[in-house]
Amino acid sequence: MTGQQAENDVILQIKNVSKHFGGLVAVSEVTFDLPRGQILGLIGPNGAGKTTLFNVINGVYPPTEGRIIFRDTDVSGKQPYDVVHLGLARTHQIVRPLNDLTVLENVMAGACYGHEQHPLREAREIALEVLEFVGLVERYDTLASSLNVAQKKRLEMARALAARPYLLLLDEVLAGLNPTEIAEMVQVVRKIREQGVTIFIIEHVMHALMNVSDRVIVLDYGELIAEGTPEEIADNPKVIEAYLGDPKLAERLLRGEED
Amino acid sequence: MEQLVASLADGLLLGFVYGLSAMGLTLIFGVMDVINLSHGPIIALGMFGIFFISGGTAFGLHPYVALVLVALLGLVFGFIVYFVAVHRVLDAPHLSSLLATFSVNMMIIGVGTALFTTSPRNLDFSMGSIQLGSITLLGTRLIAAVIAILVTAGLYLFLYRTPPGKAIRAVSNNRAAAELMGIPSTQTLALSFGIGTMLAALSGGLIATFFSFSILSGTVYELKSFVIVVLGGLGNPTGALIGGLILGALEGIVPVFIPVSWVPVIEFVLFVLILLVRPTGLMGGR
Amino acid sequence: MNSWKYPAFWLTVVVVIVGGAVPYVTGSNTWRENMFLILLAIALASSLNILLGYAGYVSFGHIVFFGLGGYVGFYLIAEQAWSLWPATLAGGVAAGILALLLGLAILRLRGAYFALATIGVNEAVRTFINNFDLFGGPIGLELNFSVYRDYGGPATMQWITYSTVFALTLLVVIVSYGIKFSRFGLGLMAIREDEDAAMVMGVRTPMAKTMAYVLSAIVPGMLGVIFFFRNSSVEPHEAFRLHRSIEMIVMVMLGGQGTVLGPLFGAATYEALRGYLLTSPLFKDLQLALAGLLLLLIILFVPSGVIGWLRGRFRRLWRVLE
Repeated sequence: MTGQQAENDVILQIKNVSKHFGGLVAVSEVTFDLPRGQILGLIGPNGAGKTTLFNVINGVYPPTEGRIIFRDTDVSGKQPYDVVHLGLARTHQIVRPLNDLTVLENVMAGACYGHEQHPLREAREIALEVLEFVGLVERYDTLASSLNVAQKKRLEMARALAARPYLLLLDEVLAGLNPTEIAEMVQVVRKIREQGVTIFIIEHVMHALMNVSDRVIVLDYGELIAEGTPEEIADNPKVIEAYLGDPKLAERLLRGEED
Repeated sequence: MEQLVASLADGLLLGFVYGLSAMGLTLIFGVMDVINLSHGPIIALGMFGIFFISGGTAFGLHPYVALVLVALLGLVFGFIVYFVAVHRVLDAPHLSSLLATFSVNMMIIGVGTALFTTSPRNLDFSMGSIQLGSITLLGTRLIAAVIAILVTAGLYLFLYRTPPGKAIRAVSNNRAAAELMGIPSTQTLALSFGIGTMLAALSGGLIATFFSFSILSGTVYELKSFVIVVLGGLGNPTGALIGGLILGALEGIVPVFIPVSWVPVIEFVLFVLILLVRPTGLMGGR
Repeated sequence: MNSWKYPAFWLTVVVVIVGGAVPYVTGSNTWRENMFLILLAIALASSLNILLGYAGYVSFGHIVFFGLGGYVGFYLIAEQAWSLWPATLAGGVAAGILALLLGLAILRLRGAYFALATIGVNEAVRTFINNFDLFGGPIGLELNFSVYRDYGGPATMQWITYSTVFALTLLVVIVSYGIKFSRFGLGLMAIREDEDAAMVMGVRTPMAKTMAYVLSAIVPGMLGVIFFFRNSSVEPHEAFRLHRSIEMIVMVMLGGQGTVLGPLFGAATYEALRGYLLTSPLFKDLQLALAGLLLLLIILFVPSGVIGWLRGRFRRLWRVLE
């Protein structure tokens, strides 16, 4: 994993990025910077374009407009496999385990094909290390399909970590977890940051996100409507208004309640 | 020039029948996302059906009457195939249904070869011909084209004006929603499959009125149906008809310029190219 | 390669060696002919497995490589007086090149579209060769029996070609394991399980798939040359028979895709069954129908194949039955 870097260094620059699907505008002229070592939270009502933004950043979709600069390299429109080779990994909102392979093989795949392109033997070592880190190592020989949701989420994270990224995109890693599992996962996220990995995280579990993020940006209808510390965002009237369209979330934001 | 027009006319007439056949294939795909690889052998069964019901045996029915029976048998056969091979693999990955329907293909050809051998049969049927200026149009082909058009119209009336037809369109649009509205999806799917095979059998019967055939002939028309379906758009019945006409025209025109044995090569290369460029077909999918 | 660490590897290699050695031991021509067909089936199915079982791409028209390679090699032997082994290699290379060119184009398609495209390709090649005078058009090519004299006469030639197929089968099995336990194989299996996730993980999917396609085509190309050389003739209908392609899929699925033992078991069983049926007067014509029935039963009830089912049921056999 990368060592400590100067906190002022910008690892990801999103410049005026838009994504249109035919007539539908999913992401509209979003611009922000992500400094190295930070944990940046991304929130917004359902359908705001958060996952689409992730998809554009890591190459699943090319941007309709704008540029994505990762570690001083323009990665706009590159293929996902090229992006991860540069050190940018992600997890998916709906987990995608390699079902017929074992947990170990899943993570080895991440190590083999990630940023550092390891051969099989080293990949195995790294995979075991990472599985230990996320707390899945006893299940190394089980089939990915037989894990429960929380374990699959950890597997997804382990696989992304095995790619030894500089930047990790986490898409709703806490969805579907009970409070204990959430707390455990948040610990893991903090440990990852301690290792020097920058984290960009989408979450709906408000209190967890607000707790763990250094900074938060808010998307609504594809537009960036607010940016700031968690406290600033919680008080921001535009944000509250955006969520009033989603009353449950608005309430949670206002009261800082648990799910 | 005359030869070209004559060839073209012939090809277009054939094209209607091709289109009818492809419609069966595309309907099934449009409704349940299944590519019926037993399409060809069912066409061949239609050919044998009309042969036995009208020509060979004690029935001695007029071929066009026998055609009705062939259509009905095709419908019933479709139900059987649906429940035996297709129903269980509907929601499995596409390839399961491909292999399942191909297995039916193999079974029909296997049994058919054993029963009928591969020697060609001929219905020995003629309806005279008409002269249009310098072009001679064979009666059988003309009638076949007319029947194809009538059946297509009938199909549209069925799909848009009758309850079962509307049910089929609902299910093809969104199966879950249709079920919520109380439409019995299994029966509807079985019916769709049956209609698809019925069209295949019918087109086989029609082809038998002017070409000789064997149990293996169906494969040739099945491959043509594939080409037509990708031309016209998967799941698009109108596209199938238009695609059929295009293919028929192609088959009519091309042999005037190059040896006819090259036509299949062109058809298959076209098939692969269209799959590559626009897998939903040139005219878009459902 | 680290295949030697796996018990399954040794089990399979021993099985192939023992089975393949039987004709030499008995000296019987019948045994040789039967084993020839069985080994041929095993080699074809195992090659297909590299694409189908490992990468998850179902090629319905895989026989095109057998046919094209066969034609190229046969042409070189019959018309250009090449010797058998260079011609065999040439057939493999021709098949590999076709796979490379095709792969770049049609591997972009997924699932059913890819399967259909492979059918289209097979038919396009078949109908093309039907028109190709250099390869004899619809009549095909024939070999003058005197050519066999260069190999010690027809009888010895049969043994020589048998040995070649034996060696090729062993090669395919060893390579299959090599791939399965390699980084490349892991990438392929990731593609099979979830191609989009594999891309996000960093697998260069277009290249990996094309590589798998090429590897799965070479040996069938070589086998084609040997088969038709033995046959002393080749013609389009026989060389590009689509049903033979599907039978390859049946073999892989009968045993279970993704393992090496699976296609081996499936091919051996299927071919043995086929041989039996062809000699029995009752079932002779029904061989294709029974193959279809078998395929349907597998799809409906045992989609992971016999070996796959065994592995699922008896976890302890996991490492042995790979």
